[in-house]
Amino acid sequence: MAGQTVTRAQLSEAVYQEVGLSRNESAQLVETVLNEIAEALARGEMVKVSSFGSFAVRKKGRRIGRNPKTGKEVPINPRRVLVFRASHVLKDQINGALSKADSGTGAA
Amino acid sequence: MTKSELIQRLAERNPHLYQRDVERIVSTVFDEIAAALSRGDRVELRGFGAFSVKRRGARMGRNPRTGASVQVGEKHIPFFKTGKELRERLNERP
Repeated sequence: MAGQTVTRAQLSEAVYQEVGLSRNESAQLVETVLNEIAEALARGEMVKVSSFGSFAVRKKGRRIGRNPKTGKEVPINPRRVLVFRASHVLKDQINGALSKADSGTGAA
Repeated sequence: MTKSELIQRLAERNPHLYQRDVERIVSTVFDEIAAALSRGDRVELRGFGAFSVKRRGARMGRNPRTGASVQVGEKHIPFFKTGKELRERLNERP
């Protein structure tokens, strides 16, 4: 099985097949969907997609990190990070599909 | 923001589309991502982030209440890594 990479192109193609708008407009709409999500997150809003998962913004405080190469201490400034929590529906879907196939995935 | 609010906003910005079509567009995007992950594929959306599946091998677990050992089977978990551009957008305004 797998180890392939899906990109915007395939998502646009799916929208094109599914909705019947032009290829060009389908591609633009995929972009708009992603952008709308990104904007909400940039405002600090949580984005919940039922049966898929939720994206939340978490604030991290200032801490002292270390350059692993030189061992030198460097301050890490407060920042906002994004965390994704998959819904149970998504987890079950993936496990249902992949436990039947053999092991090994294209995961990082 | 929930999925229905997302659909609402997109519908407002694209008044030439039927609400039903906007719903299908949003659902298709997430369904395609879920389908790709179910095949074990990665989904890479430059500037936004990448979804992948990580394998967790079978292990011996313990029931924390009784202390009894239990076999925990192999499982796959979806994982999201934020893209560079989005990570920067989150930190634009302090």
